[in-house]
Order: sequence, then structure tokens, then C-alpha cells
Amino acid sequence: MALLEVRGLIKHFVAQRSLFGRPLAHVKAVDGVSFSLEAGKTLALVGESGCGKSTVSRLVLRLIEPDAGTVRFNGRDLLALDAGGLRAFRREAQIIFQDPYASLNPRMTVGQILTEPLALHDLVPPAQRRARVAELLRLVGLEPRLARRYPHEFSGGQRQRIAIARALAVEPKLIICDEPVSALDVSIRAQILNLLRELQDRLGLAYIFVSHDLAVVKHIADHVAVMNLGQIVETAEADALFAAPRHPYSRALLSAIPLPQPKAKRTTVLLEGEIPSALNPPAGCRFHTRCPFVIERCRSEAPKLTADGTGHATACHRTAELPSADAILPVAGGFSPALAKLVAAFSQKTEGGSFAGVGIQDAASTTK
Amino acid sequence: MSASPLIEIRDLRIRFHGDDGRITHAVDSVDLSVANGATLGLVGESGCGKSVTSLAIMGLLPKQSAEISGAIRFDGLDLLQTTDQTLRDLRGNRLAMIFQEPMTSLNPSFTIGDQIIETILRHRGGSRRSARERTIELLRRVHIPSPERRIDEYPHKLSGGMRQRVMIAMALACDPHLLIADEPTTALDVTLQAQILELMRELKEASGAAIILITHDLGVVAEVCDEVAVMYAGEIVERAPVDDLFSAPQHPYTVGLLGSIPRLDHRAAQLATIEGMVPNMAQPPAGCRFAARCPFVLDACTRAPPPLVEVSPGHLSRCIRAPLERLVA
Repeated sequence: MALLEVRGLIKHFVAQRSLFGRPLAHVKAVDGVSFSLEAGKTLALVGESGCGKSTVSRLVLRLIEPDAGTVRFNGRDLLALDAGGLRAFRREAQIIFQDPYASLNPRMTVGQILTEPLALHDLVPPAQRRARVAELLRLVGLEPRLARRYPHEFSGGQRQRIAIARALAVEPKLIICDEPVSALDVSIRAQILNLLRELQDRLGLAYIFVSHDLAVVKHIADHVAVMNLGQIVETAEADALFAAPRHPYSRALLSAIPLPQPKAKRTTVLLEGEIPSALNPPAGCRFHTRCPFVIERCRSEAPKLTADGTGHATACHRTAELPSADAILPVAGGFSPALAKLVAAFSQKTEGGSFAGVGIQDAASTTK
Repeated sequence: MSASPLIEIRDLRIRFHGDDGRITHAVDSVDLSVANGATLGLVGESGCGKSVTSLAIMGLLPKQSAEISGAIRFDGLDLLQTTDQTLRDLRGNRLAMIFQEPMTSLNPSFTIGDQIIETILRHRGGSRRSARERTIELLRRVHIPSPERRIDEYPHKLSGGMRQRVMIAMALACDPHLLIADEPTTALDVTLQAQILELMRELKEASGAAIILITHDLGVVAEVCDEVAVMYAGEIVERAPVDDLFSAPQHPYTVGLLGSIPRLDHRAAQLATIEGMVPNMAQPPAGCRFAARCPFVLDACTRAPPPLVEVSPGHLSRCIRAPLERLVA
């Protein structure tokens, strides 16, 4: 059984009301989204601003209430939970936000921030909480003595580590990572991505990884769902999707990412025009206004998300007739032999000390 | 690089005097030059001095707190020695800049047309009618649909991608010789970023302007730049033609950066990480500024600051261990 089962999730926000409070316009933020996630795996939700990926992540946690659909976690129907049941569920599912500057309370020390979930769920007796905080800090590669400091004393990457430690405090099974590295510098981004992978292997966490960056997603995800205007347009195993993207939107996204490889040989699919508003999504296929392969049928009839034998599902009328995606795919070999050797030497030497600066060996013996 | 570059920066140093008396060394001994029609990428992480360098070129640093020395020669004129009046005549005219935040760099209380027309009238004069015609032409050049109508709209009516196009149109209003783009696509979605990058390539070919592109995204650099300068802690640590930098970097920091980005064209079990922190720029280290984080560090690295030396033709590195190939042979 999957850890998380989401079926037919719908959330429409009221964008405008009449004088008497009658809703006049809706933003169709999430419009019929279904997916499932196994324990210990990573599902990436990918798409551009306003595609509904963050709304989905909040609906899954019931931070906002869906209009329709079901969310099952470990077989339990989340939407049927009362306040007490919901609080218990929050122990099992946590979230890390994009902006580590806004997601930590500036008036609390790191120690207080990490003690709060322990006390709320009464996980650790008061006498042992300090030891547990130290253990959590070590787990995310920070020194325990930092527990007395305030968030403003830390850099962005360190704050994101604190946010991760806070999420881990309740020993969750699922963590939702909402653009966790988008606000970070490239070298720090690598540290956090490595840390998330480490923790997943060690603690058997499942992640929903919300991101607009397909290169990051390729690095971290087992499964990918590409979203456009509130709907999933393609979902597959990460390897399958990156080897042969089928939906024209997935292809455009993939080909739009600049490759760190001068003179890379590939064709870029340039989408014309703007992203349509979710307030008034186009009729038929919601991508048809920007799609280079549009035909008459796309303007009137919305395509269904249909899977082939391997579970690779696409919502496009023309899936079978589209040309091969080979031309837009990045050619492997972005690393020259010289660069590959240098990077290997660079990493080896750094790992000689503590593991990539993330001193988690000490915590290994004490974590459940 | 041609014989007489359009802009030439020599030994630029910028120090900020804080309220508490502390002095921050934001930029140190930076040498750069860009020829007509060339695009230079200025790369580095937050706080490395790349934006401060560009603000110094534009003369936009606060006079009270910023202490600037060196020379910035533009078309034979030293921008650091000119009067404010001369700078005002240059800015928006032969010297233009595009900022990262298209949401905040337009004035919300004027139509986009007014804001571009103002630039044209200030520098070119002429009638309002002809300035308006030119503005419509500019908006068309940056692919804004139905520019005759859009010209009278206020910024809030436009999406982020559209606003960035307006910013580009405004920067191009007086055919600048040098265009500085500070993270022009960072706030945009990838499909819009691809459109804007395509537009920049197009404009570069059409106008022959020199471009300094400031970015943290090495992918963007690879796609549009001819030459790259990598900055770390206020210094240029490596400068090279774009192909050389990506295939055979000569500074350990560049190696770390290239190894730390997740890529579509390469699969890594683990990303390289650059350990430690950027040095405190109130007290920069005596030796190499990257030494404390460098896996290839020697004793000599911490003793004296390494010079920026030419490793191969056109490829400069501030590392005494370069050429780095020796270390992995």
C-alpha cells in the first residue's frame, strides 16, 4: 500500500465576490490531481508559477481544505480526521518552506525552535530534550552548541538546515519540500540536496519535492509529475520522463533550462506568449494556447491523463503522433574528461574531513 | 579581445564604511575589459561583489559610505573622475542597465509608455510624438504583442515576463553602447527565461552593443556569454573564454561551482560541495581568500595573496596551483 494516495483533488479559490458575497470568479488552482507516493521515495511536482504545485502540497497536509477529492495517508482518510486526529497526523508529515529567512521565528533560539515540536507532541521527557536537540542539530550537520543562537546569526543554508531539523524533530514519514533550495546559492544548494538525500536513505523518509527546476528534480526524484494550470499533464518514473518526455509542455520545460555546456547541441522549444491565467484557463487542453503541436481537437476537448503499460501517463491528444524528443534532449557528456577528474579530486579531498561538512556520523548511533 | 575595449576597468577597489566604523572590502583589484559586441559574464555567489562592480560602473554607489579607487574607462572617459552631470547624460543613453526585479524597477504611477518616452526625451530631445513612435517600435522589438495598446498600460497590468521586456526596451531606448544586465532572468519562470535569453541574443547581434551579464546561473553564462569572469570574495579568481572555463577550469572555486550544480547533461551520485564559509570581508585573509575552503590548499596559499596570472592564452587564474590538470594527472 502506498504511503500517500491522492485522488481527484480540487481546490478553487474565490478571486472576486459580488457586493452580497456571492463568488463571481474562481482561481482553479488545483483541478483534479491524483497521485500516490511510496514510503521512502521522492515524488517531484514540477511546473511554473501558478501551476498549483504549492497548493497541492498544502492540501496534502490539510493546511488548506480541498473542495473535493480524497487524501489517504497510510490508509487513513485525512479529510475525515477531527482536530485531535489531525494533530497526530502532523507528527507524521512535515513541511520545509522555500524562504528560510521567513520560516523561523526570529525571537526564538534554535534550541527553542527545535524543542517546541518535542514538547507539543510530548515526544521526549523534558529532561532529555536538550540531548535530543543536540542530536537533531548533528543530524543536519550543525554543531550542538549553536542551539543557543538566534536565526539571524545563521546564513541561508544553515537556516534551511535548522528548518530541516525542525521537520525531523517529530520523526515524520513524509516531508514536503516546497522549493527548499531555490533561495540558496549554488554551492549551498548542493549541500542541502546532498543532506536531503542522506537523510532519506538513513531515515526512510518520503518526500514530495515541489520545484520549478528540472535539473534539481532530475537529481533528487524517483517519480515526477509535471503540472500546468492546476492539472498534471505528465507523470512517470524520473528516468523515463527525462529520457523521453512526451507532453509538449514537459518538453518545452526541459529544453528551456540553460545547460552549463557552451555550444550544447540541442533544439530549444521556445513557447510563444504568456502563461494563461488560472482565473480563466483556456478551454479544452489548458496548454493549447502555447502548444506548438496544437490541432482543432485540443481547443475544445480536454485530454485525459492516460497511462501506458509502464505507468508513464500523459494528458495529450497527440501523444502517439508527436515526433521523437531526441532533438531537444541534452546530450550527455557535459563534463569534459578534465573537468570530471578535477571535480572528483575536489570532492574526494573535501570528504577527507568530516563527511562533506555534514557531521552526521555522530548522530548515527542515537537516532531511531 | 580587440585592441581598444569599449570599457576597461583597472584596479577597481570598493570599500564600504559602516555606521559602526567597520570597513568592508567589497571589491578588490578588479581588472576587466569588454570589447564592442562582446558579452562578458560576471559570475559568483551572493556577496562576491559582482553587483557592486556593476553599480560602480553606473555611478550608483552611495557617495557617503562607498570609497572607490582605480579607473573605469568608458569610451576614453574615466567614469570615476567625471561629474554627476556627465554621468546623468550617459546613464540611460550610452550606458544602460537592466535590474533583476522587474516588479520593483518600474514606477507604478506612470504608464510604461511615459517611462520610456521620458528617457528618450531626456537624452535625444525631439517631439513627444516621435518619442512615442520610437517607444512603440522598441516595444515591438522586444516582442510585446500589440504595442500600440500596451504603451498606455500601467506596470501592474503586465506579467513579470512582460515587465522585464519593458525594462529591456527602456534600456535600449537610446541605443546603448554598453548594457549591464544584473540577473535579468532570475525572477522569471524557465520558459520566460528562455524567451528573454533568446531576445538578448537577438539584440546583441542586431545592435552590436557590449553586454556585461551578471548572474549566478552557469547555464545562462554558457548560453549567452563569450567570456566569463568568476568572482569570489571581492576578487576575480578566474577569467577565460567561455569554452575554456567550462571544459578546463583553472581555479578550485570554479571547479567546486561546476561540480555543485545538478545538471541535465550529467549524472552525479553526489554533488560536489564547497565546505566552509565565505571569509569575513571586514578582515579579508592575508593569503588566498579561498584557501580555507580549498581542497588543494598548500602552506604557501595562506601566506601571500596569489596574483591573477595567465595559465594559457586568454585564460587567467588566481591560483598558485594552476594549471590544475597537474593535480589530477
